[in-house]
Amino acid sequence: LKICVLVKEVPDAAVEKRMDPDTKRLDRSGEKNLNPFDTHAIEAAMQTKEGGAVEVDEIVAVTMGPESAVRALHKAVSLGADRSVHLTDQALENSDVVATGYALAQVLKQESPDLVLLGQQSDDGECYTIGAVVADYLQMPSLTQVIKIDVEGESLRCERQAEYGYDTVNVPLPAVISVGDAINEPRYPSLKAIMGAKKKPLDTKSTGDVEIDTSRVGSEGSRTQVLAINPPPEKQAGEIIEDEDTDETVQRIVSWLEERKLLA
Amino acid sequence: MSGILTYVLHYEGEFNKNSLGAVSEASKLAGQIGGEAAALVLGGDDLSDDLVKSLGKYGASKVYRVKGPEGLAQPVADALAKVAQDNGYDYVLFGGGLLGFEAGAAVAARLNGGVTMEVTEVTAQDGKLVAKRPILQDSAVVDVAYEGGTGVIIGRLNAFEIAEAGGGDAEVEDVEVEFSEWSTKAQMQERGEQRGADVNIEDAEILVAGGRGLGKPEGFELCEQLADALGGAVAATRAVVDAGWYPYAAQIGQTGKTVAPKLYLAAGISGAIQHKVGMQASENIVAINKDQNAPIFEFSDLGIVGDLNKILPKLTEAVKAKKGG
Repeated sequence: LKICVLVKEVPDAAVEKRMDPDTKRLDRSGEKNLNPFDTHAIEAAMQTKEGGAVEVDEIVAVTMGPESAVRALHKAVSLGADRSVHLTDQALENSDVVATGYALAQVLKQESPDLVLLGQQSDDGECYTIGAVVADYLQMPSLTQVIKIDVEGESLRCERQAEYGYDTVNVPLPAVISVGDAINEPRYPSLKAIMGAKKKPLDTKSTGDVEIDTSRVGSEGSRTQVLAINPPPEKQAGEIIEDEDTDETVQRIVSWLEERKLLA
Repeated sequence: MSGILTYVLHYEGEFNKNSLGAVSEASKLAGQIGGEAAALVLGGDDLSDDLVKSLGKYGASKVYRVKGPEGLAQPVADALAKVAQDNGYDYVLFGGGLLGFEAGAAVAARLNGGVTMEVTEVTAQDGKLVAKRPILQDSAVVDVAYEGGTGVIIGRLNAFEIAEAGGGDAEVEDVEVEFSEWSTKAQMQERGEQRGADVNIEDAEILVAGGRGLGKPEGFELCEQLADALGGAVAATRAVVDAGWYPYAAQIGQTGKTVAPKLYLAAGISGAIQHKVGMQASENIVAINKDQNAPIFEFSDLGIVGDLNKILPKLTEAVKAKKGG
């Protein structure tokens, strides 16, 4: 079984995120890191490998992004991926969800994995959607927000929470599965794995290498167009109490509740 | 003909509230762009003529009824792509919900269109739709238009209000869809399983909600004691429900319940968007969290930065004393 994990670099949570007013896309400069939701997908791949229900030959981390995205791949490799693929090309800049999904699918077609894993959402912009786009281009069955995966022969038995409760779905391989963050607790990489990550194979691909039709990617190839970026509607900031003396804090909460007649 | 096609989810003979909101929204918008508002339903025999026609009440002039497997997104995407293409709908709309994200993204890919998600508002400008979508943890809102392809709009949970447009029965058209070979590979084994006890949180005027910050399942005892003192009920986030700490019936948010009590006291909840959408209409929001950067403080009326293990027991005692005295 070969598993590809789609990963993404996102601005570090500690760094303030901002939109670039000129391109109207997310400003991707500044400190970056591996999307924290993606670490759950890598961990799911590792647990499948270690679980023993099926032989996993290879775990490949795949990303699309500028040169700096290599750091996210190194992190993915330090968490257990055997090698990584970096799709990078000027032509891909400012691709929207559908264009990005198309480009990633072109890479995956070349890799032909049995299972594609993703995190449930990215920390910066798009959420929940990229897996379904990739699956449609790969013509594979797909499920998102999966919180339990069991390999049963040529299929996966997946559980997830949907609108009306928990669903159990049987998904034959090859398939595209995005996992929810409740699926596992990702491990921390060992120092040795961090040091060794840069030595693992990393393929860099351009659009031509994976036969991407460049008229379908980038700003030109994207069907969505950002017209404007605005601040959110003002909401009156609430009162904040820093708890130092808990008895006093509690009295202040009680008074606050009483003023609003919530202790009647 | 230009127009908007809305997917309507149903379960056990009842339409999803977010879907009905989307139908009403489509009806309003279709009027503004001079097109038709149609809906699509997919399922089995429980989609009776009477049930399907009733979507007219919410503003759908026509409903396409497709026979197919329920509860999974890929067959829905097949059906929507075919109907939108055959009938020339420019936009496909979804109310909030998990299935909409999956089906909407797949439809956009299939029709080489564009997709926006978590949309909170849609406006009509020069005969076209523009979607407003909060991004970066709601710190900015982008206006997105569609150029040269089908526009797929996936609403945020509770973004669209249900309005009875006063229309009569919708016209029902049965459509046969040949599903893609890969769209029917995934098979539902069990749908809508309820895990944990059946609790009612929707009628409570006061809710004490717990999240991962409680640290362990036993942390909910602190919430229960405070809820008892306040005369309220206990709710939970998806993370702790998935972890088995609390029953699914008590879950607030994206795939759980939507509530608007008089008081919502959040203990150890960071306030991710998926949770926020289920409780932001609460009259008074109080949050206790040890992380002063937790997003929940941005939309709470009273925020306490501190250790809930110290605060909750004392608060429970103080509330008891106040109410008893």
